[in-house]
Amino acid sequence: MSLYQICFWVLTVMALGCALGVILSRNPVSSVLFLIATFFAISGHYLLMNAQFLAIVNIIVYAGAIMVLFLFVIMLMNLNADTEPQKNRLVQLAGVVSGGILFLVILAALRSSSVNVLEQTPTDIGLIKNLGKTLFTQFVLPFEISSVLFLSAMIGAVVIGKKEEVA
Amino acid sequence: MPIQYYLFLSMALFCIGIMGTLMRRNAIIIFMCIELMLNAVNLLLVAFSKMHNDGSAQVFVFFNMVVAAAEVAVGLAIIVMMYRKVHSVDINILNRLKH
Repeated sequence: MSLYQICFWVLTVMALGCALGVILSRNPVSSVLFLIATFFAISGHYLLMNAQFLAIVNIIVYAGAIMVLFLFVIMLMNLNADTEPQKNRLVQLAGVVSGGILFLVILAALRSSSVNVLEQTPTDIGLIKNLGKTLFTQFVLPFEISSVLFLSAMIGAVVIGKKEEVA
Repeated sequence: MPIQYYLFLSMALFCIGIMGTLMRRNAIIIFMCIELMLNAVNLLLVAFSKMHNDGSAQVFVFFNMVVAAAEVAVGLAIIVMMYRKVHSVDINILNRLKH
């Protein structure tokens, strides 16, 4: 077993275990922390696949910005108690069964697909230089549109979050 | 490493996200499960990018992150506003949107 395979399996077990921790833990704060661990495992997978830029962006944007936003909201609302009401057992069981059935269906559909091995050749398409060239030549229009999307999301968040004036 | 391992890993993460969305009542946890599903898809896109040796998929993952960040900003604003009104983030209380 090579070092690459050991890293793959360790990261896989970490990602799946922490993802289960997200949905099973009672406390919302520990759910957020489990989700951050999942994102770190996924970033490790990106590194294994020579996507260095995406690994760093994943940590900075997801674990650094988005999850901190979640933590802010949870602590602002004082939700870090274990008092969340649970759905009844039947609904929970139905959720697990339907998710598991979806997993089985896709598994059965894709099990017989042809196997392509990801060979460990060092590529440099994941470096920031090549990604930047692709982004600013081939995908420059979606890039500009996404900036408009960001602006509208920012304005929308401010407008929604503003306290209503007494009419 | 066969590409199918990455396929099964991201499928498992996606289904865990779906289970969490269906099981939990806390709106914030449901949001986090949606983030988990988005990340599962991103992982698969990067695996296929490596398989075809093409950088476009990684740019697509980048746009995915942009959309996720915008979605979280607006969604959390909505949740905060809802919490101000009804003092709860329990989605069972919020079903009055039906009426």
